[in-house]
Amino acid sequence: MADLHLVDIRKKLEMAPTRAGFGKGLVKAGELDENVVAACADLTASVKMDGFAAAFPDRFIEIGVGEQNLVTVGAGLALVGKIPFVSSYAAFSPGRNWEQIKTTICLNDVPVKIVGAHAGLYTGADGATHQMLEDIALMRVMPGMVVMAPCDSVEAEKMTLAMAKDKRPNYMRVAREATPVITTPETPFKIGKAYVFSEGRDVTIIATGTMTFPALEAAESLYKDGIDAEVIHVPTIKPLDEVTILKSVRKTGCVVTVEEAQVNGGLGGAIAELLGENHPVPMKRIGMQDHYGESGTPEELLEHFGLDAKHIRMAAHHVHELKQ
Amino acid sequence: MPFRCIIVSKMGKTYTLVELEEKANTIREDIIRMLEHAGSGHSAGPLGLADIFTALYFAVLRHDPKNPDWEDRDVLLLSNGHTVPVRYATMAEAGYFPKTELLTLRKFGSRLQGHPERLRLPGLETTSGPLGSGLSQGCGMALGFRMDKQLHRHVYVVMGDGELDEGNVWEAAMLAPKYGLNNLTAIVDRNNIQIDGPTESVMPLENLKKKWESFGWHVLEIDGNDIDAVIDACAMARAITEKPVCILAYTIPGKGVDFMEYDFHWHGVPPNHEQAVKALHELRTLGGKIRGEHE
Repeated sequence: MADLHLVDIRKKLEMAPTRAGFGKGLVKAGELDENVVAACADLTASVKMDGFAAAFPDRFIEIGVGEQNLVTVGAGLALVGKIPFVSSYAAFSPGRNWEQIKTTICLNDVPVKIVGAHAGLYTGADGATHQMLEDIALMRVMPGMVVMAPCDSVEAEKMTLAMAKDKRPNYMRVAREATPVITTPETPFKIGKAYVFSEGRDVTIIATGTMTFPALEAAESLYKDGIDAEVIHVPTIKPLDEVTILKSVRKTGCVVTVEEAQVNGGLGGAIAELLGENHPVPMKRIGMQDHYGESGTPEELLEHFGLDAKHIRMAAHHVHELKQ
Repeated sequence: MPFRCIIVSKMGKTYTLVELEEKANTIREDIIRMLEHAGSGHSAGPLGLADIFTALYFAVLRHDPKNPDWEDRDVLLLSNGHTVPVRYATMAEAGYFPKTELLTLRKFGSRLQGHPERLRLPGLETTSGPLGSGLSQGCGMALGFRMDKQLHRHVYVVMGDGELDEGNVWEAAMLAPKYGLNNLTAIVDRNNIQIDGPTESVMPLENLKKKWESFGWHVLEIDGNDIDAVIDACAMARAITEKPVCILAYTIPGKGVDFMEYDFHWHGVPPNHEQAVKALHELRTLGGKIRGEHE
């Protein structure tokens, strides 16, 4: 897709974690708007807020290990006109502080920017307690919340800058490990928009976050199998770009969703809801199937839980057959 | 505590202490009417807080009922949102909205939700009800004011004592002294009851003074049903600049209505018609000591 300025994934790809993109974007957002402030719960370097903390020490608040305090202090800052980015590991925020986010951020409708780091299976060796797989579902069910997952560090940086300008409560999940960089500074990004990263006519693969890359890999191998897959990258899970998704699924007639999170209530849930009401088609949801994770390398875990390109390819074959 | 007869509010209005006590009484009457009409809600806390709210709205706070979003106003957060009838009644008394609206409390379409929602009614600074998050928001606002060099604006957070069971409160209690938030004052309504019973049997809180002091706060202990003492403590809180101040305001739950006072069973229920008539009679006659105008 020339107009999307994507990287050719068949070449050697640069690797960078999405959290690093967030860190870069946050410093830029801080330079652009002095109302941008940040608060962290004892994980400043780990969630990549250290750059902001060094650049703007008077606008950085170290909360200590208290995630309920993290988001409610954030709400207070937003109530007096600040644009607070509040970050911890996703397992703790929004894992621990859901009610505070609902009452003090969403019901209040204040622009607090919640960044959940170390989300998904890419958290690897830390094990199930730290692999946040329920965050998309938790945040998606909350009225007023924008839910996002960048596909790479370049997009994470753009997403962070867009969040700083967005007036709504936002949630962004980022991953710990380095993942392939597949977009460029020229690749467009807008909150609420889905992007067709690879056009096709036989099956729609809808992916979010770090799973967009294996979805593109799967599309490459499917092409060799004689299946022309369309890959849609969904950086904004809520509000969902229904137009782009329905247009594609009406064309292809079958769909696979891919996410590094629980399919129940996650991207898979969102797409199932959309298609169930508008255009039911054969569908397979790739992601965590009502399981917790465990310790291991990201590669081992993605393979074990069926989240790699091989499984996406198999799922695409499956729905493609069901269609016929 | 010094005793004053004349009180000059932050907004330059002058009241006698007796006038403020009458206002508190009127607010209590309105609370009884509102709760009876709503058929649900909390009685004990709002009645006990009437003197604190009278002191805040008619003497302590910089605020403008005609311009609730005034950019130089002080901020009052009500963390224990279930006591909001006292805030609604006081706001109406202060002229934020007509008193007739008070009877819409908890009704469909009302701006006076069962628990306060900022977006529904101008003058509410936040949305609350689920306990424990007000002090943290107060910290955030106080930090924001400091970043913006708006140190003339003060943040007051009213909390319940049962609410102190929430861990979130103590997370905030650690943060405020860390950042030396002297533009923040916590007011704890120490009425010793919560839904399940006396606080000390549900979950012992004492020694509260030592707890707050050990967290780095300057603690003032006052009679929270003494308007003059509340005004005085708030003035003292602003004068103390090296630490945030926590005012432990000892109040009588259900204050002003004899059959409600001290009884934890009145925490979360409204009076029925008969009880409301009895309560209003008592409030209007100083406990039967004088003849009411309505009689």
